[in-house]
Amino acid sequence: MLSRTADHLFWMARYMERAENTARMLDVNYQASLLPQSADAAEKGWKGLLGISELSGDFAKNHGAITPDNVMRYMVSDAKNGSSIRNCLQAARENARAVRGTLTTEVWETQNQTWLEFQRMVADDSYLRDPSTMFEWVKFRSHLSRGVTVGTMLQDDAFYFLRIGSFLERADNTARLLDVKFHAVESEYYGGTVIGNGQSQGNGNGNAQSQSSGKDIEVDFYHWSGILRSVSGFEVYRKAYRNVIRPEKVAELLILRPDMPRSLAACMQEVVTNLQKVANEQSADTLRKAGRLQADLQYGRIDEILATGLHAYLTQFLERVGTLGVGISRDFLVPVAA
Amino acid sequence: MTPKFDEMHAGDSTVREHYQGYDRWLAAQKSDVMLSRREEAEMIFRRVGITFAVYGAKDEDANSQNAGNERLIPFDLIPRVIPAHEWADMEKGLAQRVAALNRFIHDVYHDQNIIRAGIVPAEQVLNNAQYRPEMKGVDVPGGIYSHISGIDIIRAADSDGEGRYYVLEDNLRVPSGVSYMLEDRKMMMRLFPELFSQHRVAPVAHYPDLLLETLRSVAPASVNEPTVVVLTPGMHNSAYFEHAFLAQQMGIELVEGQDLFVKDNFVYMRTTQGPKRVDVIYRRVDDDFLDPLAFRKDSTLGCAGLLGAYRAGNVTLSNAIGTGVADDKSIYPYVPKMIEFYLGEKPILHNVPTWMCRKEDDLKYVLANLHELVVKEVHGAGGYGMLIGPAATKAEIEDFRRALVANPSGYIAQPTLSLSTCPTYVESGIAPRHIDLRPFVLSGKAVQMVPGGLTRVALKEGSLVVNSSQGGGTKDTWVLEA
Repeated sequence: MLSRTADHLFWMARYMERAENTARMLDVNYQASLLPQSADAAEKGWKGLLGISELSGDFAKNHGAITPDNVMRYMVSDAKNGSSIRNCLQAARENARAVRGTLTTEVWETQNQTWLEFQRMVADDSYLRDPSTMFEWVKFRSHLSRGVTVGTMLQDDAFYFLRIGSFLERADNTARLLDVKFHAVESEYYGGTVIGNGQSQGNGNGNAQSQSSGKDIEVDFYHWSGILRSVSGFEVYRKAYRNVIRPEKVAELLILRPDMPRSLAACMQEVVTNLQKVANEQSADTLRKAGRLQADLQYGRIDEILATGLHAYLTQFLERVGTLGVGISRDFLVPVAA
Repeated sequence: MTPKFDEMHAGDSTVREHYQGYDRWLAAQKSDVMLSRREEAEMIFRRVGITFAVYGAKDEDANSQNAGNERLIPFDLIPRVIPAHEWADMEKGLAQRVAALNRFIHDVYHDQNIIRAGIVPAEQVLNNAQYRPEMKGVDVPGGIYSHISGIDIIRAADSDGEGRYYVLEDNLRVPSGVSYMLEDRKMMMRLFPELFSQHRVAPVAHYPDLLLETLRSVAPASVNEPTVVVLTPGMHNSAYFEHAFLAQQMGIELVEGQDLFVKDNFVYMRTTQGPKRVDVIYRRVDDDFLDPLAFRKDSTLGCAGLLGAYRAGNVTLSNAIGTGVADDKSIYPYVPKMIEFYLGEKPILHNVPTWMCRKEDDLKYVLANLHELVVKEVHGAGGYGMLIGPAATKAEIEDFRRALVANPSGYIAQPTLSLSTCPTYVESGIAPRHIDLRPFVLSGKAVQMVPGGLTRVALKEGSLVVNSSQGGGTKDTWVLEA
C-alpha cells in the first residue's frame, strides 16, 4: 500500500483513540468533581489532567483560572488547543477523507458523521450542563469507529496500520493516565520507595490499608476506582482480583495484564502482532524494539516495577513508545527517496 | 431564442409518453413526503461526504476551518427520462464522434492528413495552446488518446417544436461528474425503490467496471497484469470526492504526485513494501501539471520524469497528453467534417451552428447580432468567459465587443439555444428548469458507455448555466428500456 495512505490511516486511528481517551479522562475528573472534596483536591484533579497532555503551560497562558468549565471547554471544543477532542475528531476525519477510497464506505461515513455531529453538539456551551453525555458519546463513536473497522475492512495492510495506530496511541494514553494518577495521591509507590516484598505478588492479599483512617480509605477508593472507570476497568478489576481495590493491583491490571484490553501489555501485544504483518526490508530494528518492549511487559512483575519506581518506569515506557512511533514512520510511512 | 421544449410536457397539459408512468406516481405523492425525502437526500449526501470544493468560497461556518468550503451539489428528485430509441441513436452518435476525435488527435501528432487535405487550417491546430509538440510521433497503445470522454449534449426545439439533440462541447481532458451520475442513481433507488420496480430503468452501476476494463486494455503491451492507479491533485481539488470514489470502486490506489517517482524511465509508487511499478495512470491532473521537468516547473502535483517514461511507452496516461487540441472550442466546428474525413460516415449527432469569429464574414455577423448570440472564449471552460447576449446588459455587450474586435480568433458564437427544461423542485414548488446531459464515453479495445449520463440542471429561473461551480444541480438520468 502507498506509504502516504498508511500514514493517513495510522494517524486517523491515533486521533480517534486520543479523542476517546481524552473523553475518558475528562469524564472521570468530572465525576470526581461531583463528590464532596476540597477545592484544592478538585483543582489538583483538573491540573493533573492538563499535565497528562502536557498542556498546563498553554492553558495557564490562555485561560488562567482552572475551573471545571474552563478546562472542559478547553479540552473539548477549543479550536486553538491542538489536543482538544474537537481537533482530534477533525484530524481523524481529515485523515480519513484523504484516504476515503481505502476505507470501506461504512468506516468513512462513521468518521464523517462523527465530525458533523460533534460540530453540532458543541455549537454552544450547552453540552457543559451535562458533560458526561458528551463524553459517553465520544467513547461510543470511537467504539463504533473501531468496530466498523473490524467488522467491514479487509484484513490487509490498511487494516494493520489502523490497528497499529490505535494501540500505540492507547499504550501512550494509558501510561500517561497511570503516571499522573499515581502522582496525584503522592503514593508511596511513585517515587521509588521499595515496598514490602511479597505483598503484591500473584494473588497475595496484603492488607496494608487497615492502618489507614476510614476517611483515607474512602478517598483512596474513589481515587483508584476513578482510574479504573476511566479505562472501563472497574468491573474488570473485580472480576480479575475479586478483592478490594489496591493501588498495586490497579497498576498491575493496567500495565501487565494481557487480558485487560487497555493495559500496556495488551496494547503492545497488538502493536507487535500487526507490525509483524506489515514487516518490510527495513523494519527489522523497529520490530525488534517493539518485541522487546512487549516481552518486558509479558515477563515483568509489578513488584519489580514498583521497586524501581512507577514514574521512572512509565517515563521510560513513554520514551520507548515514542521511539517506536518514529521508527514506524521512518520504515513505512514517510516516502523514501528513490 | 428558440422555442421552448420541455422534456416532460408537450404543451401545457399533455405529458409525454415516456414520462406518463412517473407523472402518475408523482401525482399520488404527498408534498410533505417529498419534502422529507429531499431533506433525507441532503442528509445522506452530507454524511457520505459527496461534496465538491469551491475555489475562493468564503468560509461561512465559523466553527469549521476546512469543512466550510466543501459544498453539496444540489440533487433534484425528479429524474430526467430518455426513451430507449433516443438513447440508441445518441449512443451510436457518441461512439462515432469519439472515434473520429481519437483519429483526429492521432493524426495531428503524426501525418496531419486532415491539415494537408485542407479541412482544418494548420494554424488552428499548431498554434493552439493545447497542441503538445512533445507528443509528435509518439505512439500510444491502440492509437487511443481520449479514453474517457465527456460529451455535453443539449436539447432544443427546432422550428416545428420538436426536440433535437446537439453536441455543445467535447471534453477530452479530464471530464468529471461521473461519480454524481452513480451517486444520484444510488440515492434515487434508496429514496424511491418502488419507482424502479414500476419502470425499466437501464442500470449504470457497472461504470467503474467498464472504466477499469478500459484502463487495463490500454496498458503498455509488455505488461500482463497492469497496475492501474488514479492520480489526483489531492483532497483540496474540487473533484477530489470523485477521484477517491472511482479509485475505491475500481479497487485501485489513489495516488498523488508525491507518491510517484520515475527511475530509468519507469514509474513507481512508494509503498510500505518499497517501490512498486505503475503501468497505467488515470490522471485527474491537467497536462500542465503532470511533469515539472517538461511542463510547469512549479508544479508539485505531478511527477518529475513522467513525460519521458510516457514517451518511452513504459506507462500509459489516461487520457493522453495533448488531447486538449481536439476539444477546444475553435476545433469544435470541424468535428462533423472530421467524422466524414476519418470514418466516411455522415455525423449522427449535430453540432450547434457556430460562427468562427476568426472568419471575417462570421465576425461581421456576430458583431451585428451580439444581443441575441452566445459568445464563448475558445479556451474558456466551466461557464466562465462567455456572453449570453439576450441576458446581458448593454455594458456587458460592449465590453465583449471590444474583446472580440481585439482578438477575433479567441471567440466563437452560437445562437442562443433555449436548453430544454425539466420539471424541478424549487422554493415555490415544481417548476421547469434548463438541463443538459453529459454522457461518458469509454474508449479502449472497444467503445463502451453506460446508458444515460449526468444531467445537470440550472436551478436559477431562466438560467442557462448548469455548471456546478455556478449553482447548478444534478438529476438522476433514466434511459427507459423498451
